[in-house]
Amino acid sequence: MTAVNEQMLPVVSEVISGLQHKPGALLPILHEIQNRLGYIPPESVPLIAEALNQSRADIHGVISFYHQFRTTAPGRHTVEVCRAEACQSMGARQLEAYAKATLGVDYHGTTSDQNITLEEVYCLGNCACSPSVRINDEIVGRVTPEKFDQLIDELRSQPLEVH
Amino acid sequence: MSDSVTKIYIPRDTTALAMGADRLAREIAAEAANRGETVEIIRNGSRGLFWLEPLVEVDTTAGRVAYGPVECKDIDSLFDQSFLLGENTHPLCQGLTEEIPYLKKQQRLTFARAGLTDPVSLDDYQQLDGFNGLKKALQIDGQAIVDEVKTSGLRGRGGAAFPTGIKWQTVLNANPGETGQKYIVCNADEGDSGTFADRMVMEADPYMLIEGMTIAGLAVGADQGYIYLRSEYPVAHQILNEAIAKAEHAGFLGTNILGSGKTFNLEVRLGAKAYICGEETSLLESLEGKRGMVRAKPPLPAIVGLFGQPTIVNNVLSLAAIPYILSNGGQAYADYGMGRSLGTLPFQLAGNIKQGGLIELAFGVTLRELLEEYGGGTFTGRPMRAVQVGGPLCAYLPESQWDTPMDYEAFQAIGAGLGHGGIVVFDDTVDMSEQARFSMEFCVAESCGKCTPCRIGSTRGVEVIDRIRNNENRAENMELLSDLCETMIDGSLCAMGGMTPFPVQSAVKYFPDDFDRQTQNSEGGA
Repeated sequence: MTAVNEQMLPVVSEVISGLQHKPGALLPILHEIQNRLGYIPPESVPLIAEALNQSRADIHGVISFYHQFRTTAPGRHTVEVCRAEACQSMGARQLEAYAKATLGVDYHGTTSDQNITLEEVYCLGNCACSPSVRINDEIVGRVTPEKFDQLIDELRSQPLEVH
Repeated sequence: MSDSVTKIYIPRDTTALAMGADRLAREIAAEAANRGETVEIIRNGSRGLFWLEPLVEVDTTAGRVAYGPVECKDIDSLFDQSFLLGENTHPLCQGLTEEIPYLKKQQRLTFARAGLTDPVSLDDYQQLDGFNGLKKALQIDGQAIVDEVKTSGLRGRGGAAFPTGIKWQTVLNANPGETGQKYIVCNADEGDSGTFADRMVMEADPYMLIEGMTIAGLAVGADQGYIYLRSEYPVAHQILNEAIAKAEHAGFLGTNILGSGKTFNLEVRLGAKAYICGEETSLLESLEGKRGMVRAKPPLPAIVGLFGQPTIVNNVLSLAAIPYILSNGGQAYADYGMGRSLGTLPFQLAGNIKQGGLIELAFGVTLRELLEEYGGGTFTGRPMRAVQVGGPLCAYLPESQWDTPMDYEAFQAIGAGLGHGGIVVFDDTVDMSEQARFSMEFCVAESCGKCTPCRIGSTRGVEVIDRIRNNENRAENMELLSDLCETMIDGSLCAMGGMTPFPVQSAVKYFPDDFDRQTQNSEGGA
């Protein structure tokens, strides 16, 4: 795993040098690393710390504070289920239970085929057409268990990208 | 027919997309081509009539005719029944959009353009009075701009309802020190469930926000602005970036704005899924690249804000109201509303509601009018039981309180809040002890951890509600919950811990039966 992470370090360095001049650069740097690599490899922490003249503990503290940042590889797709009140009023609790049961994972878990990571989210701003789910960057409204199955089937039937 | 171009509007707003607008637009274009019809599809913002999304509008000589909610399976029959001519025979036809009562009865000042235009079209924006406020602001000095904002009576739309003009005056007067730097920060971390007005501004009319922030910069002498946007809003992110690039290119942003010699630069920064970063000092910490932990006040951000410099931190809706105020004068805005709540508030009807959407009205409308006349009852058709107004930190209201006018002071008087204008409806299947538990659980997940009452109190809150729900020493635990709520209210550093007890207390007070069921079980943690 470490060897794989080290292959990613040139990308991390490139991201840092492109963004470190910005005031308050840390969040933009973390976002961009995660966008490019899918997560923030722990090996990137010392590089970021040195570039921003901060301690490793500072950088680790920021990564661990925010729900969005992750330090392990996610599945190919991320599925976020909204847990907030507007969705609750339209059956989100049942939908959450259904999503966990059918995918066989809890929140922050990844399916055994490495295809789908399940996450929780508190409000996608689609509160008038609840309950809502976000699949990668696409938000879907009025999600029933049947519709959830259909969405997951579509993700599973997508051909793998060939690099 | 086939030799003229018919304009068709299909929104690119998050909710329209979530209900299938992209595929619908593609298939309508394909079907038009099949039938030899020449159409131009414009991806507008949403009108905010979300139960009708995707709302397809056809431009006719009589005006724009609405059809909704349109699904792909309806396309054939729409073409067959001449929807391109605006024929009213199809069951999905809603008639002229502007005549739909839900829309027609509103008082849209901030949302006047929402849904009319292609959100990133500068021509569309300028044809509908866009940048008139900026042009006016460029002709007067900073104090005169601040005076207009004071006259308007505009108060912060983030929840605290602080007078915007006073905040601007503080920043205008503040000494920026050697660097001379001041900042404008837009709080676009709209995290409250049931709210989407900020998102609609950014997705339907982004230039209005850009214009409002630029005017704020001119008012106080700030040449740099940041929009702190939550990462849960990918569509808004894309549209804002498109709009900023176009505005810069056309000279409405950047150096030498409209040849005035004035500069204002604007950048969107993404949050990273932390509710607390909607609190203004946490937001500033986050923008500086730190953990989003609350700062003690004073000093106020107006004096020591972003990177230690004087900073205006305003909500999207506050800044979005500014172009109207400058263009039409502060008094025109203040002519709406009641008491000390002047102007309009965009209410957002959400949750278990038949006709959810955005309703901009002057302050003073009652909650019941919104729920019944606009909302049309619950989505499930069952009776309404509890309504949470103002987001997850505000009270649940029982029916006996639904006649309260929507006004900051009137809501405060009943121990409730308006927050950001979000309204979430629950039907009679709701278990209010479960909702109270969730309030505490949400605080556990989202507390920044800086102060003890919020960090530890919320965890203890979940535990004690679980014991009540399990019927363990009920009377003692109810008393303990009451004490815990008081401690959190009195001892927390910011609204997260200080207001989390409000929904809990309201649930206990108005729905006591839900805490006294012998058989119910705890749901357990998540």
